[in-house]
Amino acid sequence: MHRFANPGRFLRLATRIQPWLKGLTALGFALGLYLALWGSPPDYQQGETVRIMYIHVPAAWMALLAYLILGLASASALIWRHPLADIAAEAISPVGAAFTLLALITGSLWGKPMWGTYWVWDARLTSFLLLFFLYLGHMALLGAFDDRGRGRRSAAVLALVGLINLPIIKFSVDWWNTLHQPASIVRMNGPSIDPSMLWPLFTLAATFHLFLLAVLIERMRTLLLEARLRNQRLAAFDQLQPGSRA
Amino acid sequence: MKRKTLRLYLVVISLCLLGIATTLVLNAFDRELVFFFSPSEIVAEQPVPGRIIRLGGLVETGSVTKLGDGATFSFRVTDLKASTTIAYRGVLPDLFREGQGVVVQGAFNESGNFVASEVLAKHDENYLPPEVAKALKASGRWQEGAGTGATPAASPAQGEGTSQ
Repeated sequence: MHRFANPGRFLRLATRIQPWLKGLTALGFALGLYLALWGSPPDYQQGETVRIMYIHVPAAWMALLAYLILGLASASALIWRHPLADIAAEAISPVGAAFTLLALITGSLWGKPMWGTYWVWDARLTSFLLLFFLYLGHMALLGAFDDRGRGRRSAAVLALVGLINLPIIKFSVDWWNTLHQPASIVRMNGPSIDPSMLWPLFTLAATFHLFLLAVLIERMRTLLLEARLRNQRLAAFDQLQPGSRA
Repeated sequence: MKRKTLRLYLVVISLCLLGIATTLVLNAFDRELVFFFSPSEIVAEQPVPGRIIRLGGLVETGSVTKLGDGATFSFRVTDLKASTTIAYRGVLPDLFREGQGVVVQGAFNESGNFVASEVLAKHDENYLPPEVAKALKASGRWQEGAGTGATPAASPAQGEGTSQ
């Protein structure tokens, strides 16, 4: 595993797989959106509004997955001091925040016609809003110190503490009564969604995974190149003015 | 012990402690974290008039009527063990129908009637095309209100007999 955690090797590997990943993502979106918007029936109760679900649910899953990645990266950065783990944590949190916001907005747009309100403070919605704030907090802490290392360490601690929110989000609909409906896919007695609606959902969910991976790799690549550039500038500066930086 | 191993244990132990602490806190706040009460809880506790509460359950079949002024609805919300009569003046959400889950917010007035200020429809976790729903109903394999959350053990035999 450490073989792939080398920044140079990561950059070479990323350059090789990125075109394929992006191409597959584009294809997936084309197919998934077609299925979601035209190739699937309306719901017996929600009518056409059900189509919001095809974006809302994968976005919420990605918000959770991104946080899990953030937590694991933060843990390995804290424990094993791995430079690539720090980069991964820094790269993933704005992406996760974007997915969280997307899930919150689409959910709100679905809630108005279906529930009759944009927002309620039930356990699911509140814990999900907390996830958004955790991402924002992580991003803010990263840049809050002059010393980058300190910023990264405190952000990593916050990310680890926030991990406790993941099971709360997942099981909030089972532990307490909420306005949000319970799980339809990941539950004991199989999905409660008709197959004709399950396929567009799974296609888009797979595409969202590819998209998350592609964006994560792209951002990690950018952050690595930025760091390399910074080091080169410092080295060039030292050559021009020997002894100016003790 | 190597520093790495020490840090690993430190992280694992702190996360475990944090998990236990969160569990205890959430357990302590259990009653504040529910979004609504069921009619049985309301019947058992008799909340004071004027205190704003949320009440959730199924709209009892056949109970929805419009009162004389033409804008006030009256219906009963049931959890199949007890039911509460609700008065609501305003527009009902699209998903509001008999046998469906709802959450109403409001308070009991001095004469013991629940007056709602807000009615929210609760959607269940079932997603079906209209034809499939119709076919299921026709073949008798349909479970009305199953899994609306308010009634975990809802049976197909739901109805008038269960109200107070």
